[in-house]
Amino acid sequence: MKSDLRSRFNDDVSIVLCGEAGQGIQTVEHILTQTLIRSGYHVFSTEEYMSRIRGGCNSTLVRVSSKRVAAPVDRIDFLVPFSPGAVHHVHKRISSETILLGEKKNYGNGYQGENVIDIPLSEIASGVGGPIYSNTVAVVLLARLLKVEKEVLDPYLRHHFAGKDETIVRKNLEAARRGYEVSDALLRQGKIQIGLVNHNEVRDEILIDGVEALAMGAMAGGCNFLSFYPMSPSTALAVLLAEHSKEFGIIVEQAEDEISAMNMGIGAWYAGARGLASTSGGGFALMVEGLSLAGMIESPMVVHIGQRPGPATGLPTRTEQGELLFSLHSGHGEFSRIILTPGTIEDCFYLAQKAFDLADRYQVPVFILTDQYLLESHYNIPSLDPARTPLQKHFVETKQGYKRYQFTESGLSPRGIPGFGEGLVVLDSDEHDEEGHITEEMNLRTKMVSKRLKKLDLLKKDILPPELVGPENYKTLIVGWGSTYPIIKEALERLGRVDTALLHFKQVYPLHPNTVGYLQKAKKRVIVENNGTAQFGQLIRMQTGFDMDHKILKYNGLPFSVEELEERLKSVLD
Amino acid sequence: MDMRCFDMGQIDIAWCPGCGNFAILNALKQALSELEIKPERLVVVSGIGQAAKAPHYYRCNLFNGLHGRSLPVATAIKAVNPELIVIDESGDGCMYGEGGNHFIHAIRRNPDITNIVHNNMVYGLTKGQASPTSLQGFKTLVQREGVFHEVFNPLAIAISLGASFVARAFAGDVAQTKDIIKEAISHKGYALVDILQPCVTYNKLNTYAWFKAKTYYLDSSYDPHDRNEALRRASEVEKLPLGIFYLHPRPPFEEKLSVYQESKDPLYKRSPDLKKLSEWIDSKRGV
Repeated sequence: MKSDLRSRFNDDVSIVLCGEAGQGIQTVEHILTQTLIRSGYHVFSTEEYMSRIRGGCNSTLVRVSSKRVAAPVDRIDFLVPFSPGAVHHVHKRISSETILLGEKKNYGNGYQGENVIDIPLSEIASGVGGPIYSNTVAVVLLARLLKVEKEVLDPYLRHHFAGKDETIVRKNLEAARRGYEVSDALLRQGKIQIGLVNHNEVRDEILIDGVEALAMGAMAGGCNFLSFYPMSPSTALAVLLAEHSKEFGIIVEQAEDEISAMNMGIGAWYAGARGLASTSGGGFALMVEGLSLAGMIESPMVVHIGQRPGPATGLPTRTEQGELLFSLHSGHGEFSRIILTPGTIEDCFYLAQKAFDLADRYQVPVFILTDQYLLESHYNIPSLDPARTPLQKHFVETKQGYKRYQFTESGLSPRGIPGFGEGLVVLDSDEHDEEGHITEEMNLRTKMVSKRLKKLDLLKKDILPPELVGPENYKTLIVGWGSTYPIIKEALERLGRVDTALLHFKQVYPLHPNTVGYLQKAKKRVIVENNGTAQFGQLIRMQTGFDMDHKILKYNGLPFSVEELEERLKSVLD
Repeated sequence: MDMRCFDMGQIDIAWCPGCGNFAILNALKQALSELEIKPERLVVVSGIGQAAKAPHYYRCNLFNGLHGRSLPVATAIKAVNPELIVIDESGDGCMYGEGGNHFIHAIRRNPDITNIVHNNMVYGLTKGQASPTSLQGFKTLVQREGVFHEVFNPLAIAISLGASFVARAFAGDVAQTKDIIKEAISHKGYALVDILQPCVTYNKLNTYAWFKAKTYYLDSSYDPHDRNEALRRASEVEKLPLGIFYLHPRPPFEEKLSVYQESKDPLYKRSPDLKKLSEWIDSKRGV
């Protein structure tokens, strides 16, 4: 075991738990991150996993830090293997400085690293009552190494296992006690020194993942109807809203297919509710006809796409930024839409909230594009403020003679709902007159098309601006959208260049007019995307004429790591 | 209530002279006015086809959506505002072809809506292709050797799925059709009314005369609560029974939704409880 490791652990520790699905690794991650934040440390965790319920090999990364962290690293400081395949699964990330905490049967004789601390997890667990208890031993061991106090650990463990069978609670507390024994012995040896700084105010922060923030944001935006068909990685949103369905008065309906889900959402808006359809790329494929319907009848609608690698079934549990152009071009015919692309967990909240207001206000479909990585990563944030976008209902009470598609200056007609007022609300997926009845009259058709397209003028005045991170007098501009934001940010911080800035987009369509100015100023333009064809780069070219000088693309199903992006940026910047 | 409150005045009705749709329209307007249902409280959802144009020809709130997709829309409308009276009116192509999956699951869900299906056993608006309910041997320009697929039997499907109200009518009998529609609208839950009608332009087989000769009414001795008997009758092909086949009262979809347990307000009247939301957010804090 190498003697001096102290200097590496002052800022940032990365722990990787790796093993089979069903072994309880997620429990370890959960308890660990919860006790770490209660100790005042900044935490970030993310997992990559296979499309199966048992077996295979999955890994979870937990980063603990003295300052905010929100991006994955390849580097492994502590590796805890839970199965024999674990070491091989992450072998590319293991360095000579990685410390392995585990037992022989999981790291075997083949492990070349110097730093092995043998912890007979299985033996201890058997002594307590079964292999599942090794998780509690592991979590206590790790927590104690990171200086989590027993005063924080014990109450949290009791809280975590509360409600379970008495025997289970007792055995887990026994496993914890054994974990304390092992960790105290290890700490006494003084081989591992971790000097992270904790902050009192962090103990009170919110620790959630992207999908929880999305659910809360939808609630804040007045969402009261969700229709969906289960599809990774979007299903969790429906599960969360179903959990809170009674409390918040939201209807959650699992539809027979995505075609139904989309049509239900639009029907809900027609009758005055705020509908959301949630899916992934393949499910959205079935919603496309419904999208065209929303465009034609000028219905508000919010569609959440949790992106994953395609085409077709693709990699069900992995991440990609592959549906940008699909969401832009989908739906036969011509109509306006808005595409929001949250980059952080806070964004998931605020953009979900805003989506409902935008949809209602402009009577258009609004997309929220997330991805598996963003939905399932956790980190702590100081606050979420539901009052940021005050709720405004934009529908009107109708009078006699009400015409749903009355021609107006702006192209936007006041939106009535059935049963609220004396008017009748008539919608038609055929071309229609001002009242909403079918027409084939060609002049009227032209006027109606123009009316619908005119909406774009309104949308263009209400676009979320891109964020510039870094020096205003940049020479090189890195362009990104969605979940790559914190990763690009950290990579640039590490590179420490004074001539390079990041321009990050939370709304990719319509494209903010300032985009041109930003691109013009740059001598070199680099785009970073998790797809194979630089889709946002294509959109930028379409809308502004600007080309990217370099494309940094990744499409193996995983997000960029900070080190990887740092390397690839370095090679294009020099 | 005066039926004229449904009148649209001078409008261009896009149906062929003699179309069965006129009779169904008549029966429906009569049913609505006898039930005293005002247009402002009525929402009619339809798909695409000649039948689906019907709601444009009487005053109502109307959602004329996509082919085959009316049932999900109707379900959601009723769910978010149960105070509305919701009718889903379309043809056999919409309901049993394009919308087959939605047909099945709407029955399972049992929303309190009335599903009126104009069943003329052909695709009229697209000029004469077979529909799922076309009889075997029916020849068209596409099904040149005659339809050889098994005939879709919506009644049998509905009954076997435990639909809460299943009926069949014939457009040529306006009075009886009106009565059946009235029962269906009054019924609490999903009510299927499959209305046989001729298509004078494209279906030369199933004409008024053909239906008249091939149908009979279930009489007062018939017990609509007996599922096996209902299935037996629904499977009859020599002569097609008309009337209410099956009654299977079940709580409607909206009544099972937790959002109406404490408040009966339609959703448009509600706003999110930001205090509760803050509590949820705070529950994710460390301390």
